[in-house]
Amino acid sequence: MLKPETSTTTTAVKRRVSDPLWVRIVLISLTFLFFVFFIFLPLGMVFAQAFQKGWAFYLECITEPYAIKALQLTLTTVAIVVPLNALFGLSAAWAITKFNFRGKATLKTLLDLPFAVSPVIAGLIFVLLVGSRTPFGGWLGEHGIKIIFSTPGIIIATLFVTFPFIARELIPLMEAQSRDEEEAALTLGAKGWQIFSKITLPNIRWGLLYGMILCSARSIGEFGAVSVVSGHIRGQTNTVPLHVEILYSEYNFTASFAVASILVFLALLTVVGKVSLEKHFQKHSLEN
Amino acid sequence: MSIVKNKKRNILPGFGLSMGYTVFYLSAIVIVPLSMVFFNTVPMGWEPFMQAVTAPRVLAAYRLSFSTAFFASLFDAVAGLLTAWVIVRYRFPGKAILDALVDLPFALPTAVAGICFATLYSPAGWLGEISAKWNLQIINTPTGIVLALIFIGFPFVVRTLQPVLEELEVEIEESAHSLGATRWQTFRRIILPHLFPALLTGVTLAFARSIGEYGSVIFIAGNLPMKTEIAPLMIMSKLDQFDYAGASAVALVLLLISFSMLLALNAIQEWQQKAYR
Repeated sequence: MLKPETSTTTTAVKRRVSDPLWVRIVLISLTFLFFVFFIFLPLGMVFAQAFQKGWAFYLECITEPYAIKALQLTLTTVAIVVPLNALFGLSAAWAITKFNFRGKATLKTLLDLPFAVSPVIAGLIFVLLVGSRTPFGGWLGEHGIKIIFSTPGIIIATLFVTFPFIARELIPLMEAQSRDEEEAALTLGAKGWQIFSKITLPNIRWGLLYGMILCSARSIGEFGAVSVVSGHIRGQTNTVPLHVEILYSEYNFTASFAVASILVFLALLTVVGKVSLEKHFQKHSLEN
Repeated sequence: MSIVKNKKRNILPGFGLSMGYTVFYLSAIVIVPLSMVFFNTVPMGWEPFMQAVTAPRVLAAYRLSFSTAFFASLFDAVAGLLTAWVIVRYRFPGKAILDALVDLPFALPTAVAGICFATLYSPAGWLGEISAKWNLQIINTPTGIVLALIFIGFPFVVRTLQPVLEELEVEIEESAHSLGATRWQTFRRIILPHLFPALLTGVTLAFARSIGEYGSVIFIAGNLPMKTEIAPLMIMSKLDQFDYAGASAVALVLLLISFSMLLALNAIQEWQQKAYR
């Protein structure tokens, strides 16, 4: 989460460390040991496996038609899911932080619900709701609308899984900022949309971007929920993570890790984006 | 200040629109679909429901999910505390990289984590070879599941501890020192109790996430019936047999457990806020 104030961080780094040198060395080494086993080795392995058969084979694996199709489907999903959840996040944050009403705490708890739901259950609920064997799904099917085992199902399941991300970033941010600026604009005669676009949005743009990065990362990588609703039809309902799984279960390890390396690259990009936004945000809030 | 703000009347525009859209979207994407688990379980009746959720294979799956999540989050408590401490308190080369990479398990698709760990610990893998020499089987065992879950839960503990650790006032430690406390006493008696609510929050988050985790686990687990089948996998296999009622029954139990953990978490956080006031 982006934190509104960070002056403590700098003092924490500058102050004299009071642990003895040997304690520091032992603790730092243990941390590195943990990272070696749980972060560096798994990461290194992806690339070692992906390039096992050389560059040419690697390029072939990530440019073959099914891989491209999977990438297209994943990008389509992200392009639909992130704006929809961003719109929701803005709306929920506006309602929750700019007004007082009863049941606010309950609403905030409900927003977090998808975090407590197993990805498999996230897929299951949409099969139960609009699967071809349910009344509603059957009715939709008669009218030629197929949701489960097709792209809309993947999008809806991803919407559910990434539902809280943006709202969760925006709400604490907008809570920390008072309503004064917006109310001042109102008394000066600004309209609702003007207040939102000229005052609120510039104030929260970094938090919004931050939430959207987290939301995209999860949309790209979602596996369990999408696996339930996709039906694994190659070239049609296969997202990149599902493609990785299929290749892996076919013992096509090199190809599987080659495609996975794209996802690792995107994950590293996400981490870098996250860190640089946090840095930018800290500088920004210190200047103010 | 906060009291004054609360007493202020709502004067900004857009309440109806934003609230309406929020409630509509929340219902359409979350509430209505989630309620389907309930509505598909109720027509089953009590007896078949109990049969579905207490079948030996299902019980074994619940037990496995719980025990592996428990041990993984316990390990994460130690590893997370260590990492947060080292990152907040010490200066050393590579610190910024470690700090950034804490988030990798959040950002990395679970399926990728799954195939990474499965390959790393497979008999021919980098670490599988070493463990085979010690006659230690990791792949297709609960140990493998715990390893994958440690990876998944780790950032939750670090990221909840970090801000609390950063705000911990050094003066308290200094006064403990000047009153003759050893460094270890200061840590045990002052720092640890102060961090405890945050630690508990982080561990609960990691545990809740681990119970439902699917993608990173199924590859290393091997999914042997009664031995290494996790609870979400039971839902998956019931779905594959078009046993929708059975799948919802298993899901309902899992959901009730997760929701009660969410409530417990809210209680912890309230307690935490009180503790800092």
